[in-house]
Amino acid sequence: MVLSKTFRLTAALLGALAISTPALASGDGHAAPKIERQDWTFGGLFGTYDKAQLQRGFRVYKEVCSACHGLSIPMRTLSQPGGPGFTEDQVKTLAAEYKVKDGPNDAGDMFERAGRPSDKFPQPFANKNAAASALQVAPPDFAVLAKARTYSRGFPLFLLDPLLTYQEHGVDYIYGLLNGYSKDDDPNWNDVFPGNKIAMAKPISDGAVEYTDGSPKTVQQYAKDVSAFLMWAAEPALEQRKAMGLKVIIFLMVFASLLYLTKKRIWANVEH
Amino acid sequence: MSGLPGHSVYTPKSGVARWLEARLPILSFMHGSFVAYPTPKNLNYWWTFGGILSMMLIVQIITGIVLVMHYTPHVTLAFDSVEHIMRDVNYGWLIRYVHANGASMFFIAVYIHMLRGLYYGSYKAPREVLWILGVIIYLLMMATGFMGYVLPWGQMSFWGATVITNLFSAIPFVGDAITTWLWGGYSVDNPTLNRFFSLHYLLPFMIAAVVALHVWALHVVGQNNPAGVEIKDVKKDTVPFTPHATMKDAYGMVCFLIFFAWFVFYNPNYLGHADNYIEANPMVTPAHIVPEWYYLPFYAILRSIPDKLGGVIAMFGAIAIMAFLPWLDTSRVRSAVYRPVYKVFFWVFVATCIGLGYLGAMPAEGGYVIASRILTAWYFLHFLVVLPLLGLFETPRPVPASIHDAVLENSAAKGAAH
Repeated sequence: MVLSKTFRLTAALLGALAISTPALASGDGHAAPKIERQDWTFGGLFGTYDKAQLQRGFRVYKEVCSACHGLSIPMRTLSQPGGPGFTEDQVKTLAAEYKVKDGPNDAGDMFERAGRPSDKFPQPFANKNAAASALQVAPPDFAVLAKARTYSRGFPLFLLDPLLTYQEHGVDYIYGLLNGYSKDDDPNWNDVFPGNKIAMAKPISDGAVEYTDGSPKTVQQYAKDVSAFLMWAAEPALEQRKAMGLKVIIFLMVFASLLYLTKKRIWANVEH
Repeated sequence: MSGLPGHSVYTPKSGVARWLEARLPILSFMHGSFVAYPTPKNLNYWWTFGGILSMMLIVQIITGIVLVMHYTPHVTLAFDSVEHIMRDVNYGWLIRYVHANGASMFFIAVYIHMLRGLYYGSYKAPREVLWILGVIIYLLMMATGFMGYVLPWGQMSFWGATVITNLFSAIPFVGDAITTWLWGGYSVDNPTLNRFFSLHYLLPFMIAAVVALHVWALHVVGQNNPAGVEIKDVKKDTVPFTPHATMKDAYGMVCFLIFFAWFVFYNPNYLGHADNYIEANPMVTPAHIVPEWYYLPFYAILRSIPDKLGGVIAMFGAIAIMAFLPWLDTSRVRSAVYRPVYKVFFWVFVATCIGLGYLGAMPAEGGYVIASRILTAWYFLHFLVVLPLLGLFETPRPVPASIHDAVLENSAAKGAAH
């Protein structure tokens, strides 16, 4: 009885804190950007990537984004399990399209050769300074971008997210950003970007990339596909991780039940 | 080593054991410490967190040693070497996520362990040294966790290191010299990363050493228990550590592992910060520099004081004050079960710490600052005013004569409820 009273008291205190925080939060003036949670095939306990979506996303990256954004991941990962599912031959052909600087050779000279799957995607600029001088700001690399962006879910949702296994804040932000160019007269206005003025002008418009599988050629669809591709680039082991997690947790639960029964048996003749 | 008579005496059975025992009595020592050791029979599951913490220390050391085999401590390579671990090393993603989330799990367990000590008065005589060793372990953990967070060399690593090392510049006269000495230069740079890496590898072994002292002290004075009364009769009040506590601890550990695995496999980046996936850039300051969640209450205390030196003193004082707890609490009754007023103040204190943690994550402006100041004041009042006075004015409920009596009382109360 006494214990439950103290629990109620704590709950009341926490409740008071919870009620007082939105009031505090609204005091700082600027409204938080509106980002909506999307449905992703790779969310939740059993999430897996949609191979066709990753291939479309890769196409968007290659034809549009890669003009400015680097992607420091090895090209071979495109054919690894749990990814876009390209064949090794496809990746070889793709890699060979790129020229890669290598060396020094025996004569001490740097030379250019055709790319191999073990190479990383070549960078669009020689270095960050070159990128910054050409584009005002150096565009962020795509390798872990989906994990390097997020948005605030606010109290109490942020506490519930681990329970809901909601981990797609970064992709939702990127999707929101790509769809956030709302002013036709200002291509650098973005609803979602902090401060609303973004260096990257509206990067893509309807019909810019050809799809062969009949998917709609709209900004929304491009944004969705390229965001999913970025998630895969940042978390290539996601499918393996989630599949392993399920087995680990089921094993631990069975193990815990056995330990509990053993413990109960051992303590059965002890009054405690 | 034990101050308490054990439940059984070890007698070596084989010739090899007799030979070893005559030269180094390690087998009887292990038997006395982990088999025959008398464990109060009324311990609840909050007591399994000691074992859980030992497990977490081992998990962190093993995963850490493997990570070091693939990590490169250099400002131009560190960030990429972490990505190399995530992409190219076999199961590197698993080892890194276990280590990164393991740090948070370690702190969750240590906070539960500490609050259990606060609730049941485990710091009172004769357990003062045991408690102080615990405070030292906690301090070492904070230092280790902080330096570990710097190693991936992301934006939060760099700026967190800059903010925290800058605190030392508040020390009068020698502050700037100390900060330069800590950095190994005039800003957080490669020498800083290198020494943090070296110390991050060293400190866990120091923690292990202090843990050994902590366990030694525990085995001399015996475990406290929910009734807060000393063991009177080993046969009536206690059970042998093995199998009783061993099996209960094992069950607690596996339950904790389920919670741990949930984060590793389904929310591996929840307890981290997105900005740490951006490589450190001394030219770009993040919008909000926020430390890891386990430092947030102390960060809130630091920022609540308008004066830099004052803030630093308050922050370190908030940790140091715990070492004096055995003498600040004047009540002779240990367990909050028999202290109706202390029990209320305990939960208010818990709420204060959670509140400070929340405020530590918020920007230092407006209402947040006022709330931080109120809660910081209460944090110190709890230790400096409430605890000393409570012992004088509170009327505790009658304390059972022995652990055995407490168990009987409990089962009688349970029987009446049915």
